[in-house]
Amino acid sequence: MKPANANHVFRALADPTRRAIFEELTRQGEQTVHALTRYAGVSQPAVSKHLTVLKRAKLVRHRRAGRETHYRVQPDALAPMVDWLKLYGAFWRDRFDRLETLLERMEP
Amino acid sequence: MTQESMTNTAESTRSLVIERVFPHPPEKLWRALTESPLLAQWMMNNDFEPVPGHKFQFRADPMPNWNGVVDCEVLIVDPLQRLSYNWGVGGGESGLQWVVLFTLTPAEGGTHVRMEQSGFGPDQQAAYQGAKYGWQKFFGGLERVLGGLD
Repeated sequence: MKPANANHVFRALADPTRRAIFEELTRQGEQTVHALTRYAGVSQPAVSKHLTVLKRAKLVRHRRAGRETHYRVQPDALAPMVDWLKLYGAFWRDRFDRLETLLERMEP
Repeated sequence: MTQESMTNTAESTRSLVIERVFPHPPEKLWRALTESPLLAQWMMNNDFEPVPGHKFQFRADPMPNWNGVVDCEVLIVDPLQRLSYNWGVGGGESGLQWVVLFTLTPAEGGTHVRMEQSGFGPDQQAAYQGAKYGWQKFFGGLERVLGGLD
């Protein structure tokens, strides 16, 4: 399975409600759509829509049991985000190197 | 001599922090950070002006998954001490928004520069202004999740 790219992850988590749902899942473990609806305080169709976005970003996975759908966090869900942060870390260190070179060249 | 550190993302993911001591006075650092032609020499081509509210762009060569443009707006201009701007990639509602903050502090033999990049959702402004629920809080709560990644 290909990991979702960082953009999908960031965008999925840019919405406060989705972030709250995701955070609740990391805190409580597996939850049903009903439980998440109670927690989020928005309609069930709205919650389902948010869950679809989270699923597309590979942040959560689901399983059906009877009439209930259970959601839980993907163990390595945030890995693309961590990679992305590492990338930016390299970016800034490179820029700081260039800044140092520039400072040497500048008049005092 | 330079010092540098980067926060370990697994330990502290609230923001990305890069720090270094440059053997130059704050005045010189400030010029490199705020004079557009100098800024272009170490960052990217830009139309930056050190005026809060000024909208500008950084432009680099396009790459796969990035058109090379960073959309920015100046937030804080505190001469010789603090400089902050929005950092938007991807444009529009679907883009990614960050806040970049440079803090200069006189240090022995030079200037300590701290770059912090934080907050990357459309509501980052609210987070930046100290709203109760923002990226800061979110990442605080997720540390243990990330801690289990490595």
